[in-house]
Amino acid sequence: MAAALKAPSTFFQLKTSGSHSFPRFTSHTVSLSAKRFAPMASLAVSSSVGLAETFSRLKQQGKVALIPYITAGDPDLSTTAEALKVLDSCGSDIIELGVPYSDPLADGPVIQAAATRSLARGTNFNAIISMLKEVVPQLSCPIALFTYYNPILRRGVEKVMSTISDIGVHGLVVPDVPLEETESLRKEAIKHNIELVLLTTPTTPRDRMKSIVEVSEGFIYLVSSVGVTGARASVSDRVQNLIQEIKEASTIPVAVGFGISKPEHVKQLAAWGADGVIVGSAMVKLLGEAKSPEEGLKELENFTKSLKSALP
Amino acid sequence: MLGAHSHIACNNIQTLFLQRKISIRPFTSKTRICTAASVISGSSVTHKTWSPLSMEKPLSKALLETDVWKVIPGKFGRFGGKYVPETLITSLKQLENEFNFVLQDTAFQEELSTALREYVGRETPLYFAERLTNHYKDENGEGPEIYLKREDLNHMGAHKINNAIAQVMIAKRMGRKSVVAATGAGQHGVATAAACAKLGLECTVYMGTDDTEKQSSKSNVLLMNLLGAQVKGVNGSFKDASSEAIRGWVGDLERSYYLCGTVVGPHPCPSMVREFQSVIGKETRRQAMEKWGGKPEVLIACVGSGSNALGLFNEFIKDEEVRLIGVEAAGFGLDSGRHSATLSRGEVGVYHRAMTYLLQDEEGQILGAHSIGVGLEYPGVGPEISFLKDSGRAEFYTATDHEAVDAYKRLCRLEGIFPALEASHALAFLDKLCPTLPNGAKVVVNCSGHGYKDAATVFNYQQQPQ
Repeated sequence: MAAALKAPSTFFQLKTSGSHSFPRFTSHTVSLSAKRFAPMASLAVSSSVGLAETFSRLKQQGKVALIPYITAGDPDLSTTAEALKVLDSCGSDIIELGVPYSDPLADGPVIQAAATRSLARGTNFNAIISMLKEVVPQLSCPIALFTYYNPILRRGVEKVMSTISDIGVHGLVVPDVPLEETESLRKEAIKHNIELVLLTTPTTPRDRMKSIVEVSEGFIYLVSSVGVTGARASVSDRVQNLIQEIKEASTIPVAVGFGISKPEHVKQLAAWGADGVIVGSAMVKLLGEAKSPEEGLKELENFTKSLKSALP
Repeated sequence: MLGAHSHIACNNIQTLFLQRKISIRPFTSKTRICTAASVISGSSVTHKTWSPLSMEKPLSKALLETDVWKVIPGKFGRFGGKYVPETLITSLKQLENEFNFVLQDTAFQEELSTALREYVGRETPLYFAERLTNHYKDENGEGPEIYLKREDLNHMGAHKINNAIAQVMIAKRMGRKSVVAATGAGQHGVATAAACAKLGLECTVYMGTDDTEKQSSKSNVLLMNLLGAQVKGVNGSFKDASSEAIRGWVGDLERSYYLCGTVVGPHPCPSMVREFQSVIGKETRRQAMEKWGGKPEVLIACVGSGSNALGLFNEFIKDEEVRLIGVEAAGFGLDSGRHSATLSRGEVGVYHRAMTYLLQDEEGQILGAHSIGVGLEYPGVGPEISFLKDSGRAEFYTATDHEAVDAYKRLCRLEGIFPALEASHALAFLDKLCPTLPNGAKVVVNCSGHGYKDAATVFNYQQQPQ
């Protein structure tokens, strides 16, 4: 509720401050978005629903969440803005947005390349925030930011949490902070109503998994395989057991990611009881390696629809 | 059983800190109790169920609000830790258990001792550099006495082998078939490849393409190939090779062993490397006692990531009258933007899985580093070194490329010894240090490697316009 009330005032601030707060947008895009800003009434559809709530709503409907991931700024921020809208309109339930980083050690070659391209274009945190400020009110599904720890530390955990909370981001995933080191992050996340999603993996012993699952907010990110991000041929059978183990330990929704790239994978995971599926590298590849942003967006649309139709 | 070894995850600095013998800045005023979260069992070693103290209660919201202090092994004040993806936690835990075990296993220690003596060629001399000493004497003929700890005389020509041989032995004990490492200038890569050849393990070394092209590193690539290792080029420099090595390791966790070459990375890596390099300082203490019946007044070492520095310093941390001086690379100059002076110009952040000083921009993106001494080109630094700086126990200065080249040439001419360009940075600092020292003060400089590899670089060196 609070977020929905916040959105209109942010919108008005944007209008009066002019276009200088969007250094990465071309004037064409700004006018395009300005056209999309319909009368006040339609702003009420902006998402104030968080991650956990989204999952419980889907569960009631017997549905499995589709959670795409894209890297911000690849090929550029205005395409990212459009991509977010496309993903939203094609039925994504939550969208993960990656903040590009110079040393992404959890990521495989596709997302590494996306980060490099994005950073080369000068993408930075402030630009991403500016973009999100404008786009988030137009989306019906919640956003979770995916970032490594150092950029957060650099700005200050408190500052980052309050900034992203102000623009309506609901969740945060930080892959290089293990449970022991999450204390300061969790403190600030709770204070600012940000759901801090934690990860568990096939190498995590059961006791530890239980501890992680107990404090993760929004959902638990189950890494499907031992390795870095990147599309794989098939999903390991172990994932089925892992999903079951987590469900025995907690009622928290389980979303599976890393290597998921085909409708078949997504169907398989839904059958195994996953509450959500996260698709990253496959999306990033389509968008980043397309001949043009327009083509990339078209392929993204088709791909998302094919995944959505494979899910209950 | 646990008592005697519960300090293993700790270190000398931590002990001093707890005893309030060295003062720390306010932000570390909360006492961090360091206990080994890993339990050492007398018989079985690995696969003990992991239940760290901090996980006994789930950290619910209520608990967070009460600010309960946690026990985190592998922290040096606020530095260190393990900022790794969840996937690696268990492997790191296994490594830590194994490490704690071998430290008190007599069989391993004896085997290591033999290897150090007969394969590496230890102990290395503590050499009195007479002509260098005379060079620094003032008009009255007074000045400090300069000794060189000759790590350049080790097998493979640098201190890196001390750590590599011990860790490859550990890998073998753990039943791993292959070793994965990342190397900057190539010294660690070569040392690892040699140790793997000796012990019969496969070896894969990741090296940045920026480095493989360098004059001084090309021969190292050749050597690694001859030793049977596979060298994988990674776009970029050491920092990129290091990340790629971790990714490679993550893809093959059961079979492979990640051999950290220096005191960076997630716990237990910094502590392991420091322990195995500390043989340098231990020998120095004994040799100093034999030679002049006392301790050195000053210890100087170059600092890239900190392995040779900690190797020399560690033994003397509790001896507060011994000055510890680290010299980083100022490259083209501290204001040029092309240097590796992490402690002078860096800020604290998380890099390569640990909290430490690093060279980063306002966004928190990691900056590239430069030095003529390739082994010093690293935008981070070991967390324990960061702690030594913050606690004031050690002093850190810098030397430029130009000063290092001069120091190299000076040692060649005055002593007939080729210091590695990295170690030359430590020698360069003598210019500033010696005039300030009392007559007869004993200074030990860690000559961390030999400089034959740098001969061409030095010969062709033209000072860049400022």
